[in-house]
Amino acid sequence: MIVGLVEHDGGVVSEPSLQTLTLGRRLAERHGEPLSALVIGSDAGPLTDGLAAHGVAAVHHAVDDRLDRYAPEAWAACLVELLVRTGPSAVLAAGTDRGNEVMAHVGARTGLPVAANCTEVEPGEPGTPYLVTRLRWGGSLLEDARLHGDVKLLTVAPHALPAEEGPAAGEWSVEEFSPKLKDADFRAQVAREEGRPAGKVSLPEARVVVGGGRGVGSPEGFGPLEELAQLLGGVVGCSRVVTSLGWRPHTDQVGQTGVRIAPDVYIACGISGAIQHMVGAKGAKRILVVNTDPQAPILAHADFAIIGDVQQVVPALVSAVKGAKSR
Amino acid sequence: MDVLVCVKRVPVTGGRISLTDDEQDIDTRYLGFTVSPHEECAVEEAVRLVEAHGGSTTVLTLGPAVAEEQLRDAMAMGANRAILIEAEGPEWDGGATAGAIARVIAGDRDAGAAYDLLLFGNESADAGGYQVGIRVANLLDMPCVTGVKHLEIRDGRAEARREGPGGIEIFEVPLPAVITVKEGINLPRYPSIPGRLRAKKAPVERLHLEAPQPGLEKVRMRLPQGRDKQVEILGDGAVGIERAVEVLRQIGVMPS
Repeated sequence: MIVGLVEHDGGVVSEPSLQTLTLGRRLAERHGEPLSALVIGSDAGPLTDGLAAHGVAAVHHAVDDRLDRYAPEAWAACLVELLVRTGPSAVLAAGTDRGNEVMAHVGARTGLPVAANCTEVEPGEPGTPYLVTRLRWGGSLLEDARLHGDVKLLTVAPHALPAEEGPAAGEWSVEEFSPKLKDADFRAQVAREEGRPAGKVSLPEARVVVGGGRGVGSPEGFGPLEELAQLLGGVVGCSRVVTSLGWRPHTDQVGQTGVRIAPDVYIACGISGAIQHMVGAKGAKRILVVNTDPQAPILAHADFAIIGDVQQVVPALVSAVKGAKSR
Repeated sequence: MDVLVCVKRVPVTGGRISLTDDEQDIDTRYLGFTVSPHEECAVEEAVRLVEAHGGSTTVLTLGPAVAEEQLRDAMAMGANRAILIEAEGPEWDGGATAGAIARVIAGDRDAGAAYDLLLFGNESADAGGYQVGIRVANLLDMPCVTGVKHLEIRDGRAEARREGPGGIEIFEVPLPAVITVKEGINLPRYPSIPGRLRAKKAPVERLHLEAPQPGLEKVRMRLPQGRDKQVEILGDGAVGIERAVEVLRQIGVMPS
């Protein structure tokens, strides 16, 4: 059996979890074993039926009032209980914040190794290690590794593969169970949540991002970038250098340790193109670069480039966009 | 309060990564090294907490003998004590790393020097295993909150905030606890000259531990297939601007 942990929000299964089930189904087919899923919390009830279309033969639904607020150790306890009871060959979760967190707890509780953010999995013969490919350096480097352990624990890098529906399992069951949970499993639990401020376009969702690096020159230098972003219905981002200098808040940082963006166009101004930054901009459909240096590493990632000083080019671009608009 | 912060030595990669011939590592011949970014913030957070509440900051790393450099960086920022677990040879996986760290912490505790708070980075920049802090918490039976962007300590409890799927998630855990932080929790200070001088002479405690059998065993590293892109130079000056406006129009983001 292969087990996939399903994350959901308001009764909708998250895309990375569907991708995880897709990989899980392929493994299950290779092993000639069924695919099962673990869903957690009373609000997960409505989504169980939809999982059949993804090839899930058995849904295990952990129910306990205390599970309504997320608690990583309690989620791990549910997964470990299922693991001990059913003896699967592998347990998979999405390589999200929660997925990686829960799986690390499962690894700690079982003493098993965990491979985080896998993009490919080659199961090999039963009882042998898996050969996995996983992301390092936020995805700028790949690692091939042997994953040992009686039960293989791994997380699947989000968007490493598309979520595909699969042949529905012939027999299909939903089993509700009350996991044996201890008070200690809830010592770290979400006590309360605060919603995000509404209204403003967020960096990960923006169609246009105007990014600034050291070449912008100063905090004030971001004024024209703000203006350009506003004209194009976008938002401003920045490189790590800029947040380290204190020119912009960290919430604006695009990169491995900041935000991942996926705009229709990323206008990168005065940014050299360090790997740490480009990892965050990988989802951009087009990249337009403004840089004085035609040899800057960012040119290797760019579709279009204007060679020139940000402090002159961006204000000129603002005027040109305004001019084109008024015509 | 006594805080222990764990850091990792990683190369400063810059614009391009190239690998060694045996494909086991990044070619670092022309690269400098630094403390992994989330962990640099963990050091800053530890030093600030000790400045506010009193106590001491201990910095620990597991790595090659030269990782002493990153311990001294942390001491230059204000850490009081440094421990180096020397681990030469092939990379240690998350389980082995956590086992060694937990053993040192338990040793200190049994010697009467228990820590109130253990700080880690959420994940290392290079290996990205997302598990060392969590495994240490389990081994030492402490609560753990990961990915923390804001931390407050009062009355023997930690209030930790992080970004969740639907907004900001707030956790409250009793100390001692493990907290793994993300960059953005603070802006790390630039070490002062006296700080650097003090750190240069400060002692570093060293331990040697044998590498255990890895559960996740690196075979090789490789570079992902790049997008084969040809950049179109739009030009400079007025011509470039005009063509850029045309490009934005084609992409469909020009205001109407």
